[in-house]
Order: sequence, then C-alpha cells, then structure tokens
Amino acid sequence: MFRNNYDNDSVTFSPQGRIFQVEYAAEAVKQGSVVVGLTSKTHAVLCAIKRNAEELSSYQKKLFAVDEHVGLAIAGLTSDARVLSNFMKQQCLSERLTYDRAMPLELLVSLIGDKAQLNTQHYGRRPYGVGLLVAGVDETGPHLFEFQPSGLTQEMLACAIGARSQMARTYLEKNLDQFAACGRDELIHHGLRALKETLVQDRELTLENTSVGVVGLKELGKKALEPFKVHDGPDVKDWINSVADEAEAETSAEGGEGEGEGGEGMQVDE
Amino acid sequence: MAMFSQNPVLNGPNYSFAEVPKDAVDGLREHRFNPYTDNGGSTLAIAGADFAIMAGDTRLTSGYSINTRYAPKVFKIGGTTSSQDDANLLLSVVGYAADGEALQERLDAICKMYRYRHGKPMSVSACAKRLSTIMYQKRFFPYYVYAILGGLDEDGRGAVYSYDPVGSFEREQCRAGGAAASLIMPFLDNQVNFKNQYVPGTGVGHELKERERLPLPRNEVEVLVKDAFDSAVERHIEVGDGLQIMIITKDGIEEKVLPLKRD
Amino acid sequence: MDHRPQAWGRPRDDVYGAYDASYLQANGPNQHTQSPIVTGTSVVAMKFKDGVVMAADNLASYGSLARFTDVKRIRTFADTSIIGFGGDVSDMQYLDRHLTELGIDEAYQSEAGHTLNARNLHKYLSNLLYNRRSKFDPLWNHLLVAGLDEESRPFLAAADLLGTTFTSPSLATGFGGMLAQPIMRRYVPDEAAVAGVSRDQAVEVIRECMKVLFYRDARSLDSYSLAIVTKDGVELRENEKLEQQSWAFADRIKGYGTQTV
Repeated sequence: MFRNNYDNDSVTFSPQGRIFQVEYAAEAVKQGSVVVGLTSKTHAVLCAIKRNAEELSSYQKKLFAVDEHVGLAIAGLTSDARVLSNFMKQQCLSERLTYDRAMPLELLVSLIGDKAQLNTQHYGRRPYGVGLLVAGVDETGPHLFEFQPSGLTQEMLACAIGARSQMARTYLEKNLDQFAACGRDELIHHGLRALKETLVQDRELTLENTSVGVVGLKELGKKALEPFKVHDGPDVKDWINSVADEAEAETSAEGGEGEGEGGEGMQVDE
Repeated sequence: MAMFSQNPVLNGPNYSFAEVPKDAVDGLREHRFNPYTDNGGSTLAIAGADFAIMAGDTRLTSGYSINTRYAPKVFKIGGTTSSQDDANLLLSVVGYAADGEALQERLDAICKMYRYRHGKPMSVSACAKRLSTIMYQKRFFPYYVYAILGGLDEDGRGAVYSYDPVGSFEREQCRAGGAAASLIMPFLDNQVNFKNQYVPGTGVGHELKERERLPLPRNEVEVLVKDAFDSAVERHIEVGDGLQIMIITKDGIEEKVLPLKRD
Repeated sequence: MDHRPQAWGRPRDDVYGAYDASYLQANGPNQHTQSPIVTGTSVVAMKFKDGVVMAADNLASYGSLARFTDVKRIRTFADTSIIGFGGDVSDMQYLDRHLTELGIDEAYQSEAGHTLNARNLHKYLSNLLYNRRSKFDPLWNHLLVAGLDEESRPFLAAADLLGTTFTSPSLATGFGGMLAQPIMRRYVPDEAAVAGVSRDQAVEVIRECMKVLFYRDARSLDSYSLAIVTKDGVELRENEKLEQQSWAFADRIKGYGTQTV
C-alpha cells in the first residue's frame, strides 16, 4: 500500500533528499480553505474563507487572536493550529509578565518554527498539519509571517495559503506595489479581492463564510495600537459589499452580459 | 561581629508595636532574612445598587520614608489589552507591594486566559473564588496583602469581595483595607451600613428601630470616600499624596486621581 | 530608620529586639545570603526634560572600612539604559555578568533590532529580585534603572531586594533617601515638573546631592560616577570628583567624641 519506502516516519530522507512525511503535511495545508494576509505601512490584515462541513453545521474558525498585537490565520488541521495558538498565547503572556512588552513578532514566529522543526527530526513524531499566517504589530511596525509544517518561517509583504491560493497570490503579486501606501479599509479591500479570486464560479463571499482580522497602528509613526480584532458576520458586510459592487461594475463596464453563471460551475473546493 | 549588629535601637515611640523586647531573650533565637515588608497605604471599596467604587491612596512607604507619591493600588483586571480598556473587574491590594503586584499580575493573566478559552469575560463571583484559591495555595508563604475585588454581579448590582492574606473571603457592602483600615472601617459601618443609627421617637432601649439600610447613590458614595481618606490622612503617617478612585458601572470603568495632603 | 545596606531586609531592631549575630558561624550547612558584606552606599537619580541623570560614588565598604575606592556602581545596558547598584557588591557583580549575557542574547535573537528598553529591563530585574527573595536567597541590592520608555519619555524606577518596585521623578537608595531626595524633590515635586528641568540643571542638582551625601554619609567617597541618558545614548563619566567643598559647617557641630558642649 505504501507509495514508497521512505515515508514511514519524518526522520528518514529519501535517496532524493526528501522527507515525505513533511511534504505530506504540506499537502494538508493545501486541503485547508484559503487564507490571505497582507501588510501596509500601518496595518496587517488577514482574510479567510470559512467552511462548514455540512449545511447543518457551524463554520470552522479560521482566525485566532493570540494577543492584543498578534493574530493568526490557519489553513490545515484546526486542532493542530489550536495547539500552536495556545502555545503562542502563553508565550505572549509570559513575555508581558517578564519584560512588560509586546512579544516581538520575529521572536514569536521563530519559537513556533523551532517547535515545528523538532517534529521533523524525532522518531515517532508527526509534523504539524497546518500552515499559518501570523500578522501583528510590534516596535518595528506591522509584520506578516508565513509558517509551514516543515518549520519554515519567513516574513512576507503579502501571502496566501490553502486551497486554490495560487489565484490569490497572483492577485497579490500583481497589486503588490499598491499595498504599502494603503489605508486600513483599502488594505482589507485588497485582501477580500484576493480572496474572491480563489472562489469557484458560483461561489460568493458571504457574511457567513468570510472572516477578516485587522491589526495596526492608529497613526503612522505613533505607537498607539489598534488591537487585533476578528470581524465576522454583520461586521464584514460593508467590506464584502464594496468588493461585490466593484466586481459588478467591472463586468458591466466590460460589456459582458454578467449572465454566463449558468450552473455548470465546477465544485472543486468546499 | 560588631559590624553585623550595629543597628541603632530607636528609643522613641514606635508606631503600633508598643511592647517589644529590647534585649536578647535567653534560649534559642533565630534571626534571618525577612522576606516581607509593609509598604503602608490604605484601600476602600463600597458596593452600590448598580455600581462599585474602589479607592486607594497612592503613597508607597518604607519605614518613615516615602518611596514615591504615585504608586497605584487599584487595578483593572481581565481586559484583553494591556491598556485594560475592556476590563470588567477591579482589584485593590495593600500591604507588601511586591506581593500585591505579583498577585495582581497573576490574577490578570488568569482572567486573560479565561477570556481566550471561553470567549467571554470572567464573572465577579468566579474570579472571587479563583482569587481565594490562589491566595490559599500560598497558605504557608502567603501573599502579604489585603485584597479587595470589585465588579458588577450577574444581576448588574455592585459587588465587593474582601480577602485576608490567606484567602478567606466574603462578599460585603463595603470594606476598608490596609494601614488605616481601623480608622476608616468604623466610619463606613456608620455611614454605609447605618450602624448605631436609629429612627428618632420609635421608643427606648430595645424598642428603638434601626434606620432602614438602603444602598447609597453614587454621588454620596464618592463624597464618603473622599472624606474617609481625608480623615485617614490626618491621623496616619503612611497614608496620603493622592487618592485613586475607580468606579465600575455597566458603561465601563471610570478612573480619577484626586490630590491628598502630602505631609 | 536605619538606611545602611546592613539593615535592609532585616527584622527591625525597634520591633523585634537587638540583632543576634550568633548564627554567623564559618561551618555548618549551606547558607543563603543573610547579610551583605562588601557594600556600596547611595545611588541618586532624577529625571529632566529629555532624559535622566544618575550618580553613585566609587566606594565599596567592608563594614566601616573603606575597602575598595575604585568600584564603578553604574553600568550601561544596550547603550540605551543605565542601572545604578546600591548594596552588596558581589551581588552587583553577579547581576552585571547576568545582564551582559542578557544583552548579548537579546542582540543575537533579533535581526530587526528589538532591544529591551529601560522599562523592560526594570521589569526583568524586579522579577529576578522578587523570585530570589521568594526562594529565601535574596540578591542584596537596591537598584535604580533609568533610560527611556517605548514612547521615548524619560524613565526612572527602583527595585529592591524584596522585589518592591516604584517609580518617581527623582529616586535615591540608602542614605540618599533621607539626604538627597528632599533636595531633588524641590526641583521635581511631580511628573509635570520634569518638563521644566534642563539637563544642566539636573546635573547641577545631582552634583549637589553627591556633595551633601559626602558631608553626612560616613560610608561615602568624593570620587563618583555620573551618567546621563537621553535619546542620543548614554554618557557615563566614571571618575568625577566633588568640587567646591566647604567644611566650614564642621566646626560648629558639637557633641561628638571627647568634645563637651
């Protein structure tokens, strides 16, 4: 049944120099619904699509507030993410208790990076099956970090992970130059536009399936903080509407009929 | 060994310890590092119908010296941010300041974890019990503080819980703590709980009817607090400098700092 | 109150009776520090509008013996903060090594250049002192930490061997609390007054305080360290001398030694 002989554990290299268990864990990230993160000079924003397993169930949480200055978005196994989120929460609390300061983002991310790396080097352990986008503000301004099950962490200006996230990344790459100067709502707007790109044809951003997390500086150059907050449901209505209006305007401007949404849209995700 | 025993014996009056041995007593005696000190100061809390008020002076002393004129004793607890804008509880601590701060930080961390896990703030009654447990766990090396916890209960009424250093606690209408507690508490008994107040002309001896106890309105309570501290400052050397007042209502927590005599 | 370091953290004689030193034997079980041995006296510091000035003399006493006359009791941290040490000198040296290590770790940990500011440093040190006292193994020091906070405002705070912390526009440890504080409080009675004090004024006041302390504190020295911390960094001068002393008041003092009044 095995695909090959080198994927029984996470401590054995394949002759090609790969560690399959870690690569499989990365696959788990791609199964998760998409999350987008992006930063400006003042803000860091996370946007996510929530899924419900069935019509009757609630939507799975995608964004977590870790501390007042940090939040994260997850793609992959939610239960693994909760372990990491709890750990980060503890670390942030203890940083405030011992130094009376907000945990520097770089430090926080390297802590979970080290934690995840350990799992790839000990027999009998399993890598985390989750990817994270960690957004926050510290002494040096807003930051966005990407975390992968391999233990890889890197700072990003904008990033998307999860199912069909390539579409979002394409959008982000195309518009990257604009982000730095964006205000709070503009940045959220870009985030939702990127998120929208990943949707299959007849899917829309709705109040139920969209989450937006925002953290930032109240004013550029000042230390006053807008604490990380997750916006769900009615809170995201205006933002979603603005993205929808724009899309409508675009399609009608292009002279399209706006009709072709018939019904044969492929149901790949969700 | 002369250098180790050169503390001058002060022969003047000591403040509250009148009878102390002046010479070494025969038999086994042990002297060692004393991990406690008393940083003076006084606190006060009163529960109203739909609010709770907590106050403390801001002087911090060691012996006869004033370390600082502004060291707050009343803290907001259980907010999600370090600015505590969305806090729903108040804690006052008086006695040994380092223990007070340690206790305050610990309780706050616990409330923050509670919020993170449950997605809602801790109720006063839950926090009151938790604080008792924390203090009792250190029963044999206690936090040397008199703590008072305040907030609004499930029905929106003002709640005040007072503690001794090893965690015994009780919900009360009002409580004074710290150096001038013995000066302020009798005043509160009379003015808040109407002790020894009777309705004139209702009889003699046991026939006398007690004045009916009603919760006081907020403006009256604020005046009461200021008066209590002004009096305490006159008579107690460890109380003074500033008066920090926090008032919790359904609309949040208001804080003000009023001047007290600095002599 | 007795403000010598020997008395810090001790049961008060006026409350608990005379100190019994009989337990101080050379052999026996391991003991934690029960009293300081080589000690430094006062540290004084006050805020001014763009920073903080601090001073401490260069003497380490062994009881009443002026044992070491060139011991620097103010150190810098990360070129942004300063710490003044009163009390036991060996514990000071332990803290010094510890802080050097902390500074290196911090510098390596972060590429973005996060550093602990004075507030962070003070919080860390007071936790350290409080945890040690809770183990009944105190570090017998009274520290002043000065620098700038996260908003670049002057920061000055104290921490002692019991973990007690406080902050004030002016601070002094030991005898300085009795002799220097009243002088400094004339200039900075409250936080609002700090904005009205210039750097030169603050230095002047601190020098005056060091002079008063040398006149009246028998465990002090006329050679001292002076540090000024502002947003531009730390200026630490370690070999200052007291100038313009006047002992004219001395011969008016009667009632000591063999003198009769």
